[in-house]
Amino acid sequence: MDFVALLPFIWAALIGIAVAFYVILDGFDLGIGVLFPFARGDAERDRMLAAIAPFWDGNETWLVLGGGGLLVAFPRAYSIIMPAFYLPIMAMLLALVFRGVTFEFRGIAERKRFWNFVFAAGSTVAGFCQGLVLGGLVQGVKIENGAFAGGAFDWATPFGVLCGLGVVAGYALLGSTWLMMKTDGDMAARAAGKAKVLLLAVLVFMAAVSVFTPLEIPRIAERWFALPNFYYLLPVPILTAAVALADWYFIATRHEAAPFLATIALFLLGYLGLVISTFPFIVPPDLTIRDAAAAPASQSFILIGTLILLPIILGYTALTYWLFRGKVGASAAYH
Amino acid sequence: MGLDPTLLARIQFAFTVSFHIIFPTFTIGVAAYLATLEVLWGWTGAERYKRLAAFWTKIFAVSFAMGVVSGLVLSYQFGTNWSRFSATVGNVVGPLIGYEVLTAFFLEATFLSVLLFGGERVPRWLHVFSGIAVAFGTALSAFWILSANSWMQTPAGYTMQGGVAFPLDWWAIIFNPSFPYRLAHMLDASLLTGGFVVLAIGARYLLANRHVEEARTMLRMAILLTSVLAPLQLLIGDQHGLNTLKYQPMKIAAIEGHWDGSKPGAFEIFAWPDEKTETNLLSIAIPHGSSLVLTHEWNGLFPGLKSVPLQDRPPVKNVFFGFRIMLAIGFYMIAAALFGALLWWRGRLFETRWYLTIVANTWWVGFVAVIAGWTVTEGGRQPWIVQGVLRTADAVSPVPAGSVLTTLILFVVVYLTVFSFGAYFINRLIARGIQDRTLPARPPELASGRAKFES
Ligand code: HDD
Ligand code: HEM
Ligand code: HEM
Repeated sequence: MDFVALLPFIWAALIGIAVAFYVILDGFDLGIGVLFPFARGDAERDRMLAAIAPFWDGNETWLVLGGGGLLVAFPRAYSIIMPAFYLPIMAMLLALVFRGVTFEFRGIAERKRFWNFVFAAGSTVAGFCQGLVLGGLVQGVKIENGAFAGGAFDWATPFGVLCGLGVVAGYALLGSTWLMMKTDGDMAARAAGKAKVLLLAVLVFMAAVSVFTPLEIPRIAERWFALPNFYYLLPVPILTAAVALADWYFIATRHEAAPFLATIALFLLGYLGLVISTFPFIVPPDLTIRDAAAAPASQSFILIGTLILLPIILGYTALTYWLFRGKVGASAAYH
Repeated sequence: MGLDPTLLARIQFAFTVSFHIIFPTFTIGVAAYLATLEVLWGWTGAERYKRLAAFWTKIFAVSFAMGVVSGLVLSYQFGTNWSRFSATVGNVVGPLIGYEVLTAFFLEATFLSVLLFGGERVPRWLHVFSGIAVAFGTALSAFWILSANSWMQTPAGYTMQGGVAFPLDWWAIIFNPSFPYRLAHMLDASLLTGGFVVLAIGARYLLANRHVEEARTMLRMAILLTSVLAPLQLLIGDQHGLNTLKYQPMKIAAIEGHWDGSKPGAFEIFAWPDEKTETNLLSIAIPHGSSLVLTHEWNGLFPGLKSVPLQDRPPVKNVFFGFRIMLAIGFYMIAAALFGALLWWRGRLFETRWYLTIVANTWWVGFVAVIAGWTVTEGGRQPWIVQGVLRTADAVSPVPAGSVLTTLILFVVVYLTVFSFGAYFINRLIARGIQDRTLPARPPELASGRAKFES
């Protein structure tokens, strides 16, 4: 295959990586928001915020990169997905607006209760809407003449709701294992208690999605169960089960960083499962990665920059996580 | 009655982008100011620079957060509301926005964290460097997004195939004809906006007899900056207008309220452009004024609105009044800055209370000028979304009008709420005053000063 034919797949991989980064990184800080109502008092909430405050802006930038990347590399897909999920995307953006300003506002405000609520609600709604979009995308989008041709509520299905709840539970799991790593004493112990419950919930959702998609969507059933494929793909569910067990063990034995890392691995495996189910489509069931690609001149122009800049960006990210490593003390307050 | 999805999408975009631009304007200006303070502190070691930097960092953080979340909304609206825009010119505009994310946004986010939370954790040089990096990041982000917007005004370096734009020459695309003017004008606008806010807060503190040392530093720095940049803005704006005349003559015709291109143009100081009779009512004008400015000749001619059919004309009133508001503020800025410089030279800057009172109450002028300026630029491009390439009406998404209306209402409610809280909190930070980090609690004289300040 020559370079030009390969370009769309390079871009699909890059955007896939950006989305994975987003889901994991913003996932844990959105998860802190989901856990907010279950915290013990404002002192503990201060500490939760301090554990994510230096990171959230950089984390959210991956969302801009994912969305922007889609516009850059696959304008056709972008111009179909965005109108198709108009309402959940708008709801997600509004939720992110509210939650993003809380970081600054809550520290200055005298009445913290209101901002506690805003932060929790914003984070939860944002995660839920992302799940709705994911579910709708897996189920497929109606396209005619290269444009979105469905209705405003096509995404509102039981499967979408299932995915929405699954994402919220998954983010909360990431958040609670992050807290196991970033806090200590009582607070870390309580985070571990929550993580156990959430891990079970996440596994239930993953199982439900894995049963539901092949049953409902023949294309996906064929991908997984047609014969040579079945053997090649068998390691994915087996590995997932092994990682889930390890995660449980790490949480139960109160490891510090291992639960968070195992949860990331669990997320990546789930993500891999979804990629296997939908490849080579970028907007199932009609639009493939190759059909949706931008002009080669555009894809290669920005690929050069990306290859130079992505390592720098990873460097920034590493720098932030390194500078703000270590535990957040009990007296930590924002600014 | 059927709702018009194009009109709703336009209102929604105009509202969200105007809301967003308030914060970049301010953060670009304040970031540059913070970087200067950090450098001065690093260089001279004077404590007042450090205290000022700490104070401005807090205000900066609040407005930066609002800039980030409202920008996030915009970047998705290209797809949600303008999907056919994305499909048609995505090949060209997409990479410019992509480069903004790659070069600027991650840089800003990283070093903002260091600036806000680095405090005791990082060496002093890294803190100073972070201030510079954030300022550089905001300017870099302006570079790319203004390049994208300028390409929409004066497209170059592309070809159309099957109704889709394909890039031919990236250099020509990025440095399209109106870009240098727009970048210079917008960066100057941001520095001026920030400068007038700094000036206002310095004056407020001085009038209240609080933080006298810091207030004087703020006044001096702001006047030094604005007395150079305000006159410069007039020059840049003038050149910008000449460039626009060359590429978007109908925008200039709307700016001037110029209907008949066969006659020389007067400069309308005030008028009510009437689109029905194609004349200006209630006109107070300088005869031949526009001809002189635009063509440098007494009887110079330039195209009038009547030279194109009605459906190809921009909405005249928005453009016409937007321009006059910007211009009035531009002249006010020049007057305020130069008069301040004069007072400073005479050694009376800190005692002239009427002057301090005026500048203390005009912190908002930059924001109004910026929104007015963008109204001219964007309104004057209509009915095109990409001049001569794609009409706004052909760029909207296939989304039902009801969805757009619902989200428009939500945006208005949410943004007004967030904005009110943001303004309230920033005002509180200002009222709380500059704090000496080495002192654990606020000294009593500041507490009494605060009471006076808030009344
Ligand atoms: C002149 C400068 C300028 C202009 C015209 C715009 N922006 Fe902006 N934008 C900035 C200058 C800026 C900035 C200075 O870089 C911001 C403002 C405050 C901030 O946090 O960064 C920002 C933030 C910001 C963010 C969040 C970045 C992050 O996560 O850190 C996004 C996604 C956008 N913008 C997108 C847009 C879009 C789609 C625009 C046009 C329609 C736009 N901006 C106009
Ligand atoms: C550089 C960033 C931009 C800024 C700061 C900006 C600013 C503005 C402002 C202030 C208005 C209100 C003008 C008016 O209603 O008269 C406006 C209108 C509009 N803008 Fe932009 N704009 C930008 C980029 C864009 C882009 C990239 C698009 C295309 C997707 C766009 C499309 C529109 C549309 C459709 C309107 C409504 C026009 C009208 O109602 O007259 N703008 N913009
Ligand atoms: C003092 C005299 C000024 C003149 C002659 C002037 C001229 C212009 C012109 C002709 C445009 C429209 C360009 C186009 O769209 O083609 C413009 C746009 C604009 N102006 Fe001004 N301006 C002046 C002052 C100011 C001031 C004081 C500010 C803000 C502090 C400002 C902010 C803007 C902005 C943000 C835009 C839109 C972006 C752009 O197109 O550059 N202007 N100005």
